[in-house]
Amino acid sequence: MTSKEALFKYLLRLGDTSLILAQRNAEWCGHGPFLEEDLALTNISLDLLGQSNALLTYAAQVEDKGRKEDDLAFHRTEREYYNTLITEQSNGDYGKTILRQFFCDAFNFYLFSELTKSKDQTIAAIAAKSIKEITYHLRHSSTWVERLGDGTEESHSRMQDALNELYRFTGEMFEMNEVDQILIKEGIAVDLNNIKVDWDKKIVEVLNAASLKTSANTFMQRGSRDGIHTENLGYILAEMQSLPRSMPEAKW
Amino acid sequence: MVVTKEKIFTLLSEIPDPEIPVINISELGILRDIIVKDDTVEVLITPTYSGCPAMKQIEDDILTILKKEGVENGKVTMVYNPAWTTDWITPEANEKLRKYGIAPPEKTTMDKGALLGKPKVLECPRCKSKNTKMISQFGSTACKALFQCEDCKEAFDYFKCI
Repeated sequence: MTSKEALFKYLLRLGDTSLILAQRNAEWCGHGPFLEEDLALTNISLDLLGQSNALLTYAAQVEDKGRKEDDLAFHRTEREYYNTLITEQSNGDYGKTILRQFFCDAFNFYLFSELTKSKDQTIAAIAAKSIKEITYHLRHSSTWVERLGDGTEESHSRMQDALNELYRFTGEMFEMNEVDQILIKEGIAVDLNNIKVDWDKKIVEVLNAASLKTSANTFMQRGSRDGIHTENLGYILAEMQSLPRSMPEAKW
Repeated sequence: MVVTKEKIFTLLSEIPDPEIPVINISELGILRDIIVKDDTVEVLITPTYSGCPAMKQIEDDILTILKKEGVENGKVTMVYNPAWTTDWITPEANEKLRKYGIAPPEKTTMDKGALLGKPKVLECPRCKSKNTKMISQFGSTACKALFQCEDCKEAFDYFKCI
């Protein structure tokens, strides 16, 4: 793998992860539990979409095969997507959505903080922009995890169910492959082992405050680094891509 | 026709922000630079938030104005570095925001409290009371939070610091 190919794949991984989480959160538009949360989730979704747009625009430039960000978003299949598995999991109830968001926000917070120091100037600039937004996201989702987990009996049990379901998708967020090895050497990518230390600490802190418990022997699902996904992604892409695929000339 | 950087800058400064029309894109700090080279004009803009939906509108407005001035080779480039900060909003624009009913950003670039959860004490843009509370970190647009005044009971937007 050349370093250009590695950079392209790395950008797809980052861009796809933001894009699919944005798409999932956008499903809440008009369905939030109350108006302010409806607005909050769609605002977060918009930030993620913007970050994804910047990352995929750069990915297309790096690839240099005449594709644009929209081609990457709308004309790739599941196997060509590299978003983390957790982002594609179904929304479930509001608690599950917020817990999924919290796991991703905490990950993004530490990852993008480090990426601001990337030797790749474009990645560093996108990270510097994104980290300001992510800070607000993390505050929002962590506050809600505490509030719901430590809330009523009902909200607590729903949060614990969500945790039991989602925790198994957190392991592969930190998985590294050839892409990482090449880019870490060049000072472009971040060693995810370091991110995991900070992430674990934050998760323990917030879950403790929320009186939620992870089970020690969770089997961790994996696959997204190789483009292997849960069945959810196909449905997400079908909805997201249907218009540009059925009407390629559509403009708005 | 000769276009100068200054002339273009003055013209583009007339463009209002599509979502907060009382301030223009220059006061808001979105308009970063203009590069005039022979018959091409490149305008550099930066988004307030990554996903700000107003950017497309602003880009279209810039190109329309350039065309009107007879610039055929107009181009708008999005720059991310340095990242936009609320510190770039001019004091005059902050005053316009207040009059419009939006509490302007408190100085100090990034809210340290954003992560620590410390609530901000804001002044109600209508009745000036400091007895206000945050309703939601996310308001009607990405750049705003929603607050309420406990005295006059009106809800108001706060342009949050980034």
